[in-house]
Amino acid sequence: MLSRHSFVTFLSVLCSPHYFTGILGIIQVFYIDNIEEYVLCNLFMYSTYFSHSQFTIMVKQWFKRDEKEKKSLLSDKIFKFAAAAAGAYVLAIILIIVLQLGIESMPIWEEEGIGFITGTDWNPVPGRESFGAFPYILGTLITSAIALAIGFPLSIGIAMLVMIIPKRIGQPLGYLVELIEAVPSVVFGLWGLFVFRIYFRDLVEKPLHDMFGDSIFLFGGTPFGLDVITASIILAIMIIPTISSISREVMMAVPQQQREAAYMLGSTTFEMFRMAIFPYSKTGLLGASMLGLGRAVGETMAITMLIGNTTGLRAIPQSLFDSSQTMPSIIANEFIEASPVSLHPAALVGIGLILLAVGLSINVAAHFLVARMVKVNEGPIH
Amino acid sequence: MTYTDRQQKRAEIRAMFKSNVRRRLWVDKIVVGTVIVCALMAIIPLIWILGTAVYSGVPALNWEFLTGKPGAVGAGQISIGPAIQGTVIIIALTSLIGLPIGIMGGIYLSEYGGNSRFAKQIRFFMDVFMQVPSIVLGIFAFLAIVLTLGYYTVWAGAIALSFIMFPIVARSTEEALRMVPWTYREAGAALGLSKMVITLRIVLSQAKKGILTGVLLSISRVGGETAPLIMTILGSNIFFSGFSSSTDALPLRIWRLSLQPYDEARIAGWGAALTLVIIIFAIHLGVRYFFLRDKSGKGLRGVLRG
Repeated sequence: MLSRHSFVTFLSVLCSPHYFTGILGIIQVFYIDNIEEYVLCNLFMYSTYFSHSQFTIMVKQWFKRDEKEKKSLLSDKIFKFAAAAAGAYVLAIILIIVLQLGIESMPIWEEEGIGFITGTDWNPVPGRESFGAFPYILGTLITSAIALAIGFPLSIGIAMLVMIIPKRIGQPLGYLVELIEAVPSVVFGLWGLFVFRIYFRDLVEKPLHDMFGDSIFLFGGTPFGLDVITASIILAIMIIPTISSISREVMMAVPQQQREAAYMLGSTTFEMFRMAIFPYSKTGLLGASMLGLGRAVGETMAITMLIGNTTGLRAIPQSLFDSSQTMPSIIANEFIEASPVSLHPAALVGIGLILLAVGLSINVAAHFLVARMVKVNEGPIH
Repeated sequence: MTYTDRQQKRAEIRAMFKSNVRRRLWVDKIVVGTVIVCALMAIIPLIWILGTAVYSGVPALNWEFLTGKPGAVGAGQISIGPAIQGTVIIIALTSLIGLPIGIMGGIYLSEYGGNSRFAKQIRFFMDVFMQVPSIVLGIFAFLAIVLTLGYYTVWAGAIALSFIMFPIVARSTEEALRMVPWTYREAGAALGLSKMVITLRIVLSQAKKGILTGVLLSISRVGGETAPLIMTILGSNIFFSGFSSSTDALPLRIWRLSLQPYDEARIAGWGAALTLVIIIFAIHLGVRYFFLRDKSGKGLRGVLRG
């Protein structure tokens, strides 16, 4: 006879301040089976409960207050509450996303265990299912690392240039670099796929392969254009605005006196950077590069269009000219087609969870590094 | 030490100093040259992309392409009408969800939170959340909405995109509100206004330019986003047909066109890309022109100087 919801009801009976609530609760525990009666009964129950609770008494007293005062104060409190709720929304959302991804990817963790991270198989065929995310984690790390290795020096160079040239030229230049960020990722992908890939394959990859293909393993693969290095170069261009704008801010935060002191000692512009700015801002520059890394790790469309999208063991690149796969790109490629009855969606959600963990941790570290730099800025010198 | 010895010594030191300075100046010149090359290497791809988009996209653009009903790809009957419509709808719905949350969050951070620990944490998590891989947000919207409802819906896409939008809006609103002088709030309080009225009537109206800037920039960011849309609105070949079926969007259409082997699809892809880039750059340059312009500069110079 016990209904499914009897545990909740039992708790509310325990807490009920009024005998009527208790009676309804007992009725509910023993005589109610279907959901409509349950809802109705609970409505009654909670209405009686609330009509006698401390909360209700507070509300009643509130309404007896002076009309005008009540109006302004209540609206004020509601407004403040709404604002605080909108602020706290982000915390709730992060928590819900992590929980949701964790729960939905549970089957794959139960099936594969830690082998899901270290495994290299990828077989979504029903009956022979086997999933390992290692090649995609590796692909993500390799493309991001190459992108950072190319993009970081360029970004620092741009930040330096904007600092040393007159404001009249520097500001438009900085704005142009920021405009790179406004170009949608899919347009980058389109350009890489139809334009850049062709030129890069014919002018760079083929000569390199012909010259060093046998001796250096990096250039061993057959140049095709859809490979790790093309995707990484596009990625490097895409992360330049992020890194250069933040590193410029960080370098601007170095006190003016430091720069003047370096100039006073007779240093050239480059020596001023080397002596006064780089030592002072290296934490912030590291943070800026990590923010760029975070952007690179999460980048989806351009990579999906350029990396070649291989799966399983073949997704581990042997050279710069081999196709590969990253975590976002395999999700983008396979998520729609995954059969809902198999483990395939759970595996992809699991990859999403790993991606989220990697992205969050990189960004948290980056923000701490940049924040430390800003703290220096607020110090006693100013 | 004789006079000539001293002369010789001086000449030596001078020569050393000269060669030292010469070397350092050379290093400096090389570094400055390298730095200029760095800037060129970033600017050239941008110009190359925009140039290609204009060069390859303009032939595809015509009224039929922008507004018509799409037919068979192989026959060259490609149209991005549904995609443009879908993008407009999805941006409207995203703003409907994201803007109130974002602006209220910004109000909290600036007016109520101040430097409290809770506000600092929210600020930190908003900055982190801004950088979360967008495809993860798509997965979340798919699991939470599409799987629950059982069909692809434009709402799922809007919710996924609102997660990208609201932190940007909140942080830029906060910045804008902080620019409003504190004395304005005190004047409002002296008139006996409640804090809500002060915030809404005085502070917000003073900061509306800054807020609008953040809103428009977040819209341009959201408009180019593709990854979360793959699994939430799916894309379709027909015009918008209700909230319980799949919808098309411009970035999604570009991706789908790039996957097709036809030459017509490639040209149409560039046409769609040009349309998207024009929309986004129009927002960016418009914001620059109307809100962030350096008052001393006139015309384009002022726009660029900002």
